[in-house]
Amino acid sequence: MYRYDEFDAAFVAARVAQFRDQVARRVSGELTEEQFRPHRLMNGLYLQLHAYMLRIAAPYGTLSSRQMRKLADIARKYDRGYGHFTTRQNLQFNWPALKDVPDILAELASVEMHAIQTSGNCIRNVTADHFAGAAADEIVDPRPYAEIVRQWSSLHPEFSFLPRKFKIAVNGGPRDRAVIQAHDIGLQVVRDERGEIGFTVYVGGGLGRTPMIGHKIRDFLPEADLLAYIDAILRVYNLEGRRDNKFKARIKILVHEKGAAAMREAVEAEFAAHNRQGLTLPAEEIARINAYFALPPLEPKKPVSDRVERRRAKDKKFSNFLRCNVAPHKAPGYAIVTISLKPIGGVPGDASADQMDAVADLAEDYSSDELRVSHEQNLVLPHVALDDLPAVYDRLASVGLATPNAGLVTDIIACPGLDYCALATARSIPIAQRLSEHFGDGARAREIGPLKIKISGCINACGHHHVGHIGILGLERAGEETYQITLGGSGDETASIGQITGPGFSSENVVDAIETVVATYMGQRRDASEDFLSTYRRVGMAPFKEALYERSAGSDI
Amino acid sequence: MSEIVTANRLIDGIVLFQDSAGGWVEDFARAAILPDAAATQAALALAKQDEARDLIVEPYAVVVELRNGHFAPKALRELIRASGPTIRPDLGKQAQGQAPALLEKPHVSLR
Repeated sequence: MYRYDEFDAAFVAARVAQFRDQVARRVSGELTEEQFRPHRLMNGLYLQLHAYMLRIAAPYGTLSSRQMRKLADIARKYDRGYGHFTTRQNLQFNWPALKDVPDILAELASVEMHAIQTSGNCIRNVTADHFAGAAADEIVDPRPYAEIVRQWSSLHPEFSFLPRKFKIAVNGGPRDRAVIQAHDIGLQVVRDERGEIGFTVYVGGGLGRTPMIGHKIRDFLPEADLLAYIDAILRVYNLEGRRDNKFKARIKILVHEKGAAAMREAVEAEFAAHNRQGLTLPAEEIARINAYFALPPLEPKKPVSDRVERRRAKDKKFSNFLRCNVAPHKAPGYAIVTISLKPIGGVPGDASADQMDAVADLAEDYSSDELRVSHEQNLVLPHVALDDLPAVYDRLASVGLATPNAGLVTDIIACPGLDYCALATARSIPIAQRLSEHFGDGARAREIGPLKIKISGCINACGHHHVGHIGILGLERAGEETYQITLGGSGDETASIGQITGPGFSSENVVDAIETVVATYMGQRRDASEDFLSTYRRVGMAPFKEALYERSAGSDI
Repeated sequence: MSEIVTANRLIDGIVLFQDSAGGWVEDFARAAILPDAAATQAALALAKQDEARDLIVEPYAVVVELRNGHFAPKALRELIRASGPTIRPDLGKQAQGQAPALLEKPHVSLR
């Protein structure tokens, strides 16, 4: 894992001291709310529906046991005993007091964490594939590049007042697990024919009120040019991005209005025109950062564990857990374990302080002290020996964290929605809970197969509904919550924006409507191996529309 | 159309309601019910003073209506803000008996 050097530690400590002073001046009245707001936002502090909300970065989704324990401590000491993991690989506390936030930030700094640039019109916390550094199919660990971008972008004087927020994601394997094409800049690590490392660069993706899939503007960007090229993109955006209209200020609008070809030309011209020697990454610096992310020393193991196979044969629940929540690791005899934060009927992404401690203990005992946070609001133990899987499973089950539903219909992403968020127009979490109860984690869910449902409580789309195989968008109509359904979205390497089925559904009817969609898929699929997305792409919207609006009693029309 | 005035306490962000003496209380039941636009305007003017004194932030008026003999915010957003997350009855004002009295079923069943 990355460890702070003296500069990092001094920088974060200085930021804590600065914010402590800003809070003191706000409370004393020296700063007005208008003056204070940009300062608190740059430190991840919002005022939400019930209270302040503090958004803490888990850079590229990586946490150590010590850091997870600190989050648990903060949840107990300063909040209400739980935290919420988000689609941005962040952790949000929903009830911190303003007066305590400087102390919370100081506690975070003591474990090399912070909330810097988790809000505001700056380059946000860089996200990455949650199986980074462990996945069997990985080309290269994307996190060193995310760390390099994080260091370069922290308090970058030229890019701290962009037209709007700016999100960068990096993916290191052939399967996109970081939704890179829905980011302002998406970086896919690739190797060219000589084996040299570089990036395929996407620009102008984004969700929100105007969803766009990113445009590929470079097939292969040499590794050393990473910062120089991102710098060129940001310079074009900073100069040409719209500042007159908040809703048209993201880079996706610039790319859309300018055209992807013209954007590519402008970026390449900017990249070529400036002497960027200062931004060319020295090989020794890349190597230095890479060393922090080296695979931990893993004792060689047999590729098959007899202990696992014996348990699998006699324990159906364990077998289901293996099938859904365990993924192949790059080292033989090891596996990646997804800890579902989607218990049946639970709140997606919520973890109690006790659960956080339990997960920290598991990481320490069985996963080389490492954890990941996924954009799908789950946690990951990246380096578990196969022989340890039964013990890990039993301990997860003892704290209610062994739900065998990763990647299934009840592994639902849901934003906080109107239960917490000041911007929301409808609730998300209760819909996720009812769908979870409806489909469960049993035989029916497994029969349905891989299916991503994503729910947002407003058009800002924090719940990624546009890229859900089934997306649900909560809106308010005449004082009532109403839910629009989209189908066929995808956040993987075949990214696509879902299409709206038609008129929305009431809160009462939306679960029936999703059941109708799922039942229609089951009726249409060629066989059990054809997943929802493939079936939708083959048959199109028509049968779903017909089932929803012409045959179903669940429809509102 | 009756209204109340609400804000968040600066120091901890907790939702507050203006009471009939012009002070601020956490309990919705003690919020002053403002019967008309003139009363709301006067209450907001007072709230603005408290905002300027850095006691509260973001004061605004909320429409309330009588439901089964009790006042409650008309909009779902404001009802949730005055009560707490609907999915966690153990949190927020509802956990402390400070939420609006709701004698009807919640909009979505909470199991």
